[in-house]
Amino acid sequence: MALHKVCGIETEYGIMTRGFDASPVTASSVLINAYAGTMPQKVGWDFLDESPANDARGFSLEQAFAPEVESHLVNAVLTNGARYYVDHAHPEISTPECASARQVVLYDRAAEEIVRRSMASCRSLLPHGAEIIAYKNNSDGKGNSYGCHENYLVARETPFGRLASHITTHFVTRQVFCGAGKVGQETDLDGDVVEYQLSQRADFFEEEVGLETTLKRPIVNTRDEPHCDPTKYRRLHVIVGDANMSEIATYLKVGTTGLILSMIEDDAFPRDLVIKDPVAQMRRISRDETLRHAVETITGRRLTALEVQRLLYEACDKYLVNSDDDPLGGDSHHVLSLWDNVLTGLETDPDSMASMVDWVAKRRIVRGYQDRHSLRGDHPRLKAIDLQYHDMRETHSLALRAGLKTLVTSDQVLAAITEPPAETRAWFRGKCLQRWPEQIVAANWDSIVFDIGSDPLRRVPMMEPLRGSKALTGELFDHVSTVADLIEALGANEIATVYPEPGW
Amino acid sequence: MAERTHKTRPASSPREGQEVESEEVVGSETGDRIKAELDDLLDEIDDVLETNAEDFVKSYVQKGGE
Repeated sequence: MALHKVCGIETEYGIMTRGFDASPVTASSVLINAYAGTMPQKVGWDFLDESPANDARGFSLEQAFAPEVESHLVNAVLTNGARYYVDHAHPEISTPECASARQVVLYDRAAEEIVRRSMASCRSLLPHGAEIIAYKNNSDGKGNSYGCHENYLVARETPFGRLASHITTHFVTRQVFCGAGKVGQETDLDGDVVEYQLSQRADFFEEEVGLETTLKRPIVNTRDEPHCDPTKYRRLHVIVGDANMSEIATYLKVGTTGLILSMIEDDAFPRDLVIKDPVAQMRRISRDETLRHAVETITGRRLTALEVQRLLYEACDKYLVNSDDDPLGGDSHHVLSLWDNVLTGLETDPDSMASMVDWVAKRRIVRGYQDRHSLRGDHPRLKAIDLQYHDMRETHSLALRAGLKTLVTSDQVLAAITEPPAETRAWFRGKCLQRWPEQIVAANWDSIVFDIGSDPLRRVPMMEPLRGSKALTGELFDHVSTVADLIEALGANEIATVYPEPGW
Repeated sequence: MAERTHKTRPASSPREGQEVESEEVVGSETGDRIKAELDDLLDEIDDVLETNAEDFVKSYVQKGGE
C-alpha cells in the first residue's frame, strides 16, 4: 500500500545587489541574517546525521564530492518548521514537511513572503539606495542554474530501479504544465536557435540517474538521505523541476508527482509508458512550444508529452478508484480534476492556460511586448521580462501582474510564516521553537537538541514524519510549562546515544 | 466549465489572482478578458521593467547552485 506522501519544496533563489558590491555568499548571508535578526532567538541547524553522498543504489561517494561551500553560520530554523540558509551562493528556504499538496503551496508562498520581508529588512539596514534583490527562478541565462527541489516520502521496499525508470516518464513530460518558461537557450541541441522554451531547467540535465546535483545533473537524483527511519522510508529528492510562480503549477507539480509515486509504490504504473532517450527528449519537449513533439515509448508508440500526460492522468484516475486511501492528504481528487482541466486547456488552446501555467503566462507577456514594439526574439528587453517575471519585489514582479489564479488566501500565507503545519513532525519542531527558543541548541529534520540547564544536552529524535503532529502532541504542549517537563514527559535521555522514539 | 470568482488579494498587493477553492473546477478564461488584461499590463510594463534592460540582463550573473 502506498505511503501518505509527506512532501516539501526547497528553493534556491537567484540574488543580486544594487548600490553596493558583495559576493553572492555575503549578500545571501546578509539577506537571511536580516530576517533571522527579527526573530526572538536564532536557532541553528544541527548537521549530525547529514549524509548527502549516500546513494540510493547502495553505495557512498563521500570521496567524490568537493568540500561543500556552505556557511554553517547562516542557517536558521524557523518557527513554521522551515529551514532558511545559505546554500552555495544562494539564499535557500526549505518548506517544513507538509501533509498535502495544498500545504506545500501554502508554505512555498510563505517562503516567498519571508524572502520579501528579508529584502525589506535589508533595505532598512543598508545605506540609502542599496538593496538585495531575490529572484525565484532557476537560471541566469548564461549557463548557470540553481534548483527548486521537491521531496517525497516513499516506501523503502519499493525497488529504486523501478521507481527511477517509471517516474522518469513523468519528469520528462510534466513540464507542459509546470515549466516556468525561458527566453533563449543555454545548451546547443542540433544547432537550433530557441527563442522561447517551456522549462528553465531542461537545458541542464545530462544523465538519466545519478547522485550529482551541480554537474552532470541527472533526471532522477539518487541521494539517499531520508531524514527519517531509513529502514522504512526513502526521501525521493527531485531536482528536475522549475521554481513556479503560479500556485496552480506548484500544486499540480507536487500533486501529480505524489500520485504517480503512489501508483509506482503499488506497482500500478503503466509500464508501456516508459520512454526512450529521456535526457534528449526532455530538452526537445521543452523547445517545442507547439507541444507537438513526439517521444517514443519502449513499446514503440509515438506520443506527444501531452498524450503521455493524458495517459498518466487516466492511469491515476483508475488507480484512485481502486484505492481506499488518499495519498495526498485529501487533495487527490482535486489534483486529478485540475490536472484534467489543465491538460484539456493545453490540448485545445494553450493560451487559455495563461492564468495557471507559468510558461504560458510568461510567453504571453514576452510575445505581447515583442509584437507591440516590433522587437527581435533575442532583444534584451525580452530576457529582462523573463527575469523580472520572477523578481521577488512587489514593485518589480511581473508574475504578480500576470493575473495568475491562487489557491491559498493572503491570511493563510500570513499565518504560515510563523505557524507550522499541524499534521507532521514540523508541528513539534515549530512549537518547541516558539515556546523555548533559548533552550534549543540546534534542530534539524529528524531531531531537536535541548539544553535543559543541567548537563548533558538532550536530543529528541523525530524519525517518523507523521508523528509529532498537533493531534499527537497538542495535549502534551498544553500540559508542560518547561523544557525539562517536556523532556521528562518524552523520556529523552542523553545526547549522542541512540534513543527509542518518544512515546507520543 | 464552471468558474466562480473569489475575493482578490488586498489592494496593497499587485497580485490580482482569484483564489480557487478545492471543490471548484477551474475553467479556461475568455479570450477577450485575457486580451484586455494583457493590454493593461503592456501599457504599464515600461514603468516596472528595469530602465536599462541590456545592463540588467548582462549583470544578472549567478553561481551554479544545489
